[in-house]
Amino acid sequence: MTMAVYAAICAGVLVFMAACATRAVMYAKQPPHLRWELYPVPHEPAGRARYGGSRYEETDWWTRARRRNLAGEVRFMLPELLFLKGLRDANRALWYRSFPFHFGLYLLGGAALLVVATAIVTIGVPAGAGGTLEATSRGLYRTAGLAGGALAVGGALGLLHRRLTDRALRRYSAPADYFNLASFVVTLVVLGAGYATSGPGFTGVLGLTRALLRFDTSVHVPALLGTGLILASALVAYIPLTHMSHFIAKYFTYHAVRWDDRPAADTRAMARRIAACLATRPSWSAPHVGADGTRTWVEIALENPTEGARS
Amino acid sequence: MSDDLRLSDMSRRDREMLAHVDNGDLTPLPAPLDDAAAERPWTPLSPQAREKCECLLDDTCVLNLSRPASRGEEDALVQRFLAGLDKLFTRENNWTFLQPLVLTMEHCAKCQTCADACHIFEASGGHEVYRPTFRSEIVRRLYFKHVKRGGLLSAWQHGDIEITWPLVARLAELAYRCNLCRRCAQACPIGADNGLVAHELRKLFSQEMGIAPKEIHASGSMLQLRAGSSTGMNDAAVKDNIAFIDEEMSEKTGLRVETKWDVEGADVLLVHNAGEILAWPENPGAFAVALDEAGVSWTLSSDLCAYDAVNYGVWYDDAQFARIALRQAEAARKLRVKKIVIGECGHAHKALSVVADRLLAGELAVPRESALTLLRDLVVGGRLPLDPSRNDFPVTLHDPCNVVRLMGIVEPQREILRAICPQFREMHPHGVDNYCCGGGSGFALMSGHNFVDWRAHVSGRKKLQQVLRAFGDCLAPSQPKYLCAPCSNCKGQMRDLLAYYGLWEKSRILYGGLVELIVNAMTTVKPGFIEWEWR
Repeated sequence: MTMAVYAAICAGVLVFMAACATRAVMYAKQPPHLRWELYPVPHEPAGRARYGGSRYEETDWWTRARRRNLAGEVRFMLPELLFLKGLRDANRALWYRSFPFHFGLYLLGGAALLVVATAIVTIGVPAGAGGTLEATSRGLYRTAGLAGGALAVGGALGLLHRRLTDRALRRYSAPADYFNLASFVVTLVVLGAGYATSGPGFTGVLGLTRALLRFDTSVHVPALLGTGLILASALVAYIPLTHMSHFIAKYFTYHAVRWDDRPAADTRAMARRIAACLATRPSWSAPHVGADGTRTWVEIALENPTEGARS
Repeated sequence: MSDDLRLSDMSRRDREMLAHVDNGDLTPLPAPLDDAAAERPWTPLSPQAREKCECLLDDTCVLNLSRPASRGEEDALVQRFLAGLDKLFTRENNWTFLQPLVLTMEHCAKCQTCADACHIFEASGGHEVYRPTFRSEIVRRLYFKHVKRGGLLSAWQHGDIEITWPLVARLAELAYRCNLCRRCAQACPIGADNGLVAHELRKLFSQEMGIAPKEIHASGSMLQLRAGSSTGMNDAAVKDNIAFIDEEMSEKTGLRVETKWDVEGADVLLVHNAGEILAWPENPGAFAVALDEAGVSWTLSSDLCAYDAVNYGVWYDDAQFARIALRQAEAARKLRVKKIVIGECGHAHKALSVVADRLLAGELAVPRESALTLLRDLVVGGRLPLDPSRNDFPVTLHDPCNVVRLMGIVEPQREILRAICPQFREMHPHGVDNYCCGGGSGFALMSGHNFVDWRAHVSGRKKLQQVLRAFGDCLAPSQPKYLCAPCSNCKGQMRDLLAYYGLWEKSRILYGGLVELIVNAMTTVKPGFIEWEWR
């Protein structure tokens, strides 16, 4: 069981990181698009950002320095990331379920990171001899883990219930949408039960993590806890392969689309990227486009399909 | 109500329309239109239209797609659609919107938060076919199945849909049941953009299959590229019309008005929606009066496309969009003006200032500015002699989506109204949270078959409710009221809405632009620039 747990955790983390990176790179490498921003844009100066104004409200705006209010972005993003403010404002009924689910996952993620960090710091220390640091960390990750697990399971059950009972949500849900939520519930319940029943013979979460970092296979992992850890590893690997990787997408939908108000002339890099796009050769078939696969985008744009017919 | 509609119904091969909106389904209107029984009935689509065209979606039809003669022809059309769908997701064909489109395809959580933000879905009483995700979810399933070549696992993960010609025909119509106001995108917690999906669908149909409403393509962008304006006016005709407006304005205001054409080195190249020149000549006339009075150095251009700010391509076709934007910028470059100022036309604001920005490089990057900003400076900066008491009647402001939510120009128009209209009152919500007038993305230009019924009953209903509530304290016809809509297409929709429901007769609600209110308040102008007559 120990070997299986180690293998699952390593594979899960590796797949997760590789899939997240692949997805992020895929989005980042998309060509620059035409501007398509949506106001309010929070990096406008605070006075304007409050009501959704832009630099276009200023006379001769191009003669004025472009001021980016990064603090405004942070002020927007923090409540959005931590508390799902947008959902709270626009869909309170769903937020009551979605917020505990997401916040629970944050707590679980935080607890996992804390365990790993503590294990790294105390890797040479015998079990239970980590002193105040270990004791404090244990208190924190236990609290965060238990609270996070409870919130995430409660939220996932709430979301599952809503998806099953709300006609609009049910109508648009694919089987995987139910599976995904159920996976969180099953995994976290098994993990919690495994932890609760691990008994005195178990070295503890911190001890297990230290052993994993040393690849020490001599530690005993109880079967139920091991099953929970394998399930959790699989779930971690699965998330970035699905639309649930919106934590990556959201960076791009906000920063690269909704708030991307950079003029073309802003940087040479952008101008170069646009120039490369203008040199592409489209193949749209409608006659008025005049794209035959040999003419560039800019040649098509410069052409007048009605030439010679001007009245 | 067709609330049992399923996504799979879009693939049905029978010739029944999928959705029927009954007046009883619609959200109630405030006084004086609060008698639901008196709601105007719809004109049904004619049997000929149903027989000849693919009117398979709902009670109306904008595309007039011909029925394929055979199953083979249907299959060929489906293949063309799929080819276009593939192109929509390639860099060389669609770099312009690829990134936001892919993000929207991959990450919708189907939480339906967007539905509550959509004025069309809400006004229809929640008809499934108008739900923002109805259209998007079909496109998403087609994307995973046909673009990403997903199999059974993909169908389990993303859902399945069968592609048939009726589905393609219905999807084409459905692309024109969205105003592209992007209020749904604003509400999406993830940042998915259902408005963009409708936009990209329109593009696919236009650029691959040559399918687009004639009002925005054949009689729109193609006419503009041929004659110079989507109104059909060539340069000689527009000069004649402007000369006539100058004459009328001089007589009406007591000031000498003379529009200057093609003045090299002018500070401002003013571009109007040319529809104003024909339908609301007092708007370009008022601009001439105000700019001359303030001593602004300005000109109009008689170059192809440059005397008409419209760019319908922004709603449905990237090639047409780029062609018009480039010609407008080229006219400004040629005249060596300091800036282009865009008149009261919302989509022209967004198209030329924002969407075209990355296409206009080098000498074509002539600065573009909103007329609302320039007018604000003239009013607030004291460059015009103004007497607000001349505008002492209730005024409310419609925010064109393209100007506010899509461009962030929110305050200048309000600064003007607060300065010159003592009885200015807001609609709720307003600014970047506004509702579309229901005529956005070309709908205001479309009136084929019974589309006006759909616009008035469904897409314009939310705005109508807002207008009536804003004037709720003064609905009696003894009190004239002014609905300010600083956008030509919005104004067209307001005209149609108010006329449809008889609100000029019932409540004396007049619609008009912003600059007319400014000139109406100018003390150097004869009183009564705004004429309280229906037009």
